[in-house]
Amino acid sequence: MSTDVTRWIPADDTLVVQRAPQPGGAGGAYRAFGETLRGLKTTMARVFEGPKTISYPEEKVPVYPRFRGRHRLHRFEDTGLEKCVGCSLCAAACPADCIRVVAAENTPEHRVSAGERYAAVYEINLARCIFCGYCEVACPFDAITMGHDYEMSDYNRSDLIFTKEMLLEEPLERTPLRSEGE
Amino acid sequence: MSIFAVVGYAEPWYIQIVKSLILFAIAVQIVPIVLLAERKLLGRFQHRYGPNRVGPFGFAQPLADIIKLATKEPFRPSTAIGFLYGLAPIISLLTALAAFAIIPFGDVANIFGEQVGLYGIDVGIGVLYVFAFGAVAFYGLMLGGWASGSKYSFLGAMRAAAQLISYEVAMGLSLVGVLMTAGTLSLTQIVEAQSGMWYVVPQFVGFLIFVVSAFAETNRAPFDLPEADAELVAGYNTEYGGAKFASYFFAEYVNILVVSGIAVTMFLGGWLLPFGIDPPGFVDPFVVFAKIFLFVFFFVWIRATLPRLRYDQLMSFGWKVLLPLATLNALVTAIVVVATS
Repeated sequence: MSTDVTRWIPADDTLVVQRAPQPGGAGGAYRAFGETLRGLKTTMARVFEGPKTISYPEEKVPVYPRFRGRHRLHRFEDTGLEKCVGCSLCAAACPADCIRVVAAENTPEHRVSAGERYAAVYEINLARCIFCGYCEVACPFDAITMGHDYEMSDYNRSDLIFTKEMLLEEPLERTPLRSEGE
Repeated sequence: MSIFAVVGYAEPWYIQIVKSLILFAIAVQIVPIVLLAERKLLGRFQHRYGPNRVGPFGFAQPLADIIKLATKEPFRPSTAIGFLYGLAPIISLLTALAAFAIIPFGDVANIFGEQVGLYGIDVGIGVLYVFAFGAVAFYGLMLGGWASGSKYSFLGAMRAAAQLISYEVAMGLSLVGVLMTAGTLSLTQIVEAQSGMWYVVPQFVGFLIFVVSAFAETNRAPFDLPEADAELVAGYNTEYGGAKFASYFFAEYVNILVVSGIAVTMFLGGWLLPFGIDPPGFVDPFVVFAKIFLFVFFFVWIRATLPRLRYDQLMSFGWKVLLPLATLNALVTAIVVVATS
């Protein structure tokens, strides 16, 4: 037994870690050269795989069916009446407080929605919206849903307040939808 | 030994002027191509496209970059030493272009009844000319880093100085083998001496040493310590902007072309083609350019592959591995040359 107290004596449960050879010497130079060649092969293989870039404005990543994009208001397909009855439940559910609804009574001469009342004003401030989808959940008539559009940037803050007419219209440019299993 | 090599013909004085203008034009034309090629290739190496927005396939990207840099406000830090701060990029640019003149693009050609050598000058001292200008070029970096009056610039300049001095020794010694085998210093005659076999085969060790030191001499990855972005912002050119920065950038790429050209001339047979193919004289420059571009591709490939060296690794590699290896290579070559003559 050595009397050298600085020497570390491993215990029985110590794992011996296999380390890589130390650099330097002829073996080190040979390894460095070989590893360099291996690295060159690795990078060249990336060239032959081709670019993975999606050139965004021209190519778009398809969104999933449950993607929560810009809201849309809906009409009944047969009668053309608005589904929204102006109940303001969406405004009540909205955590960002970005929906403003002003209801008005339907009259026989001026019938807008299927219920008693309709939304005379329906505005969503998309600058404040957090796209949580609670409005869609709160709506008893499925009048408001989250669409698939996500390109909503604008130059002016007031342009981001979407009115009822804008929300009722079909979006100008459709966002590609991911098909089943894609 | 005369300053100019004995070429057995005389060029009229105006040919020299025309040649220097053409060489300058070629350098100015090729650097943007190399720049774009590098960025495009680097993109491909990283699963990207590289620049592809300006012009068709991004071909106008270098033009846009140059216009952007040239129209910027000339900016000078208040701590800078004005005269040297302006002079340093000019030194870099001038020496790089002067070294470019020595690369032979072909043999003597008969153009409009005049005997014209397809190179800037064929000096009798050959590669020593390149090393001379390489040594002066280092003042461009050094003065630029020091005159900027910034600590990052100064650190970068110090690193550049140490690195260039260390690797220039190995670079020079790696070429000694070629010079002894060819028995001449003139670059055109070295090319002609390779008609049997390119020197890359008998002088393979010298070739490897030259390539490694060429990376270090041009401050390219993995030896880009003088401008290590992560540590020094941009090294010696941190405080430079606009046209002065463009000069440094331009000089760096001309230097890449120069070392590629020297490597092609010394080891890859210059304008000669393998397997005894002997095309007419006007093809020679294109052969040289093709070989230079192969080399530039290799530069980019290495840049995409290898990480930057640590500073002590750089120094120990230069002095402890490359220098002894280059000396040994020169010694063995000398013995072989003497034994076989």
